[in-house]
Amino acid sequence: MSALDELYRQVILDHYRSPRHRGSLKGPHIHAEGLNPSCGDEFSIDLIINDGVIADVATQGQGCSISQASGSMMTEAIIGHTPDEARALTDTFKRMMGIEEGESPLDPEKPGSVLGDLEALQGVKKFPVRIKCADLPWTTLADALDRSDA
Amino acid sequence: MTDLRHLRSDFPILGREMNGRPLAYLDSAATTQKPIQVLDAVDDFYRTKNANVHRGAYALSSEATDAFEGARAKVASFINAGGPNEIVFSRGATTSLNHIAYGWGLNRLSEGDRVVLTIMEHHANVVPWQLVARHTGIELVYLTLDDHYEVDISGLSDLLDERVKVVAFSGMSNVTGTLGPVRALVDAARSVGALVVVDGAQLVPHAPTDVQDLDADFLVFSGHKMLGPTGIGAMWGKPERLEEMEPAEGGGEMIADVGLYESRWAPVPHKFEAGTPPIAQAVGLGAAVDYLEAVGMERVRDHEHEITGYALKRLADVPDLTVYGPGDPERRGGAVSFSLADIHAHDIATVLDEHGIAVRAGHHCAKPLLRHLHVPATARASFYLYNTLDEVDRLVDGLLDARRVFGLNA
Repeated sequence: MSALDELYRQVILDHYRSPRHRGSLKGPHIHAEGLNPSCGDEFSIDLIINDGVIADVATQGQGCSISQASGSMMTEAIIGHTPDEARALTDTFKRMMGIEEGESPLDPEKPGSVLGDLEALQGVKKFPVRIKCADLPWTTLADALDRSDA
Repeated sequence: MTDLRHLRSDFPILGREMNGRPLAYLDSAATTQKPIQVLDAVDDFYRTKNANVHRGAYALSSEATDAFEGARAKVASFINAGGPNEIVFSRGATTSLNHIAYGWGLNRLSEGDRVVLTIMEHHANVVPWQLVARHTGIELVYLTLDDHYEVDISGLSDLLDERVKVVAFSGMSNVTGTLGPVRALVDAARSVGALVVVDGAQLVPHAPTDVQDLDADFLVFSGHKMLGPTGIGAMWGKPERLEEMEPAEGGGEMIADVGLYESRWAPVPHKFEAGTPPIAQAVGLGAAVDYLEAVGMERVRDHEHEITGYALKRLADVPDLTVYGPGDPERRGGAVSFSLADIHAHDIATVLDEHGIAVRAGHHCAKPLLRHLHVPATARASFYLYNTLDEVDRLVDGLLDARRVFGLNA
């Protein structure tokens, strides 16, 4: 597979064209917005947390396929999890992308076993200028969780 | 065809490969590549003439000053200014516009005065006026674009009254390639005695420019967009405007005398050049001007018309591609913005990069214009004297590959 085809895998294009949990929530417990001023990509997130669990999530935004697909996959990965689990997932994702220091936890023998669809974003690593695109939703999520002390 | 292919060997970087393919550099509206003549001039200055200007009592400093002031004379002649003293060196068009906004606007505008801009301005000709507005309470008024991407001047006469004190506009949009309606706007400004500021960042590098014909009060441009180094640009001003304008920056080099509480300024243009200027960069800009004059600005313009016309024709054959800009290559510049199906501009740029093609993606520092066009980002190819029709063909092939990568039929 060429680097391009690896970057724009089918699953990424699918999330880009049909983003999951798109929109806004009524009375969200947390709302946060992220912006990538250099390229103009925007991402916002609403979270509802019930009994210490992320019960619902909705996102809005505009930007490239990488930022929007990353955000769509993120919603599926965090829903039903506790804020602490979402934070741990964020760290795992950032380590996979080389954004944060640390051993990548992924199991090359079992692709998808740790991060699911999100592992498809590994192709972005070959395009260093695009890593910040994949990171935008996660930075926004981290900001949201920090803000809530949830 | 105005065949300028022989010039390519003057540009060392054009021999590079990018991602395993020959570099096709289609981002000259952002910055241009530099010919060996410019690189050599900068290098030679540092190797043989380097000293600070205007203050050394030794021969080397005098040589450096001659080189620096010689560059000013070349730039003046390039735009047919009345003399070198009408050229103020600055960091570039952005700094020049800030000088005008602060040095002229802040001192001469007051609440209720109006500055007329167009919706296609680069942020460099928007934000400085917003800063002036914060201090003075002036009002910014915008002309928009019509359906053909031309500046809509139909409401201009209704807009004109004694409140309009400045008309500031781009000579050519860095997004749509739209040419500023110079004659109409200059005449309109004159009818109410308003100051005329032309942002020539995309105009001066690409077509013959004669400030006598232009009849503006100020014209600004950047060296790095016309084969020169970064960090150097120029502001041309009518002598009487430069005289009445206050300096926006104070420091060394710009004074006649400094007391404890008051100072007097050096004569124009030096009163606007505080601190050690970008000397080697100015010398490099002088070499760039020599290069462009040797090629001939008419040929530069004709070449860009041909290549832009060819690009518009070829891009029309790419399915689902929308060009944002005038269709007549003779009546526009060589910045060609487009979108392709549902593929985001950054994704287009990434696919093209894999093909060795450098294009810009984003808002191009013109967010008001992109909002007006209802598009968050565009991809932009822009051309200069070293580009070829073959590179346009490669652009089209790259765009067809972007369709394939995104699962759209080619």
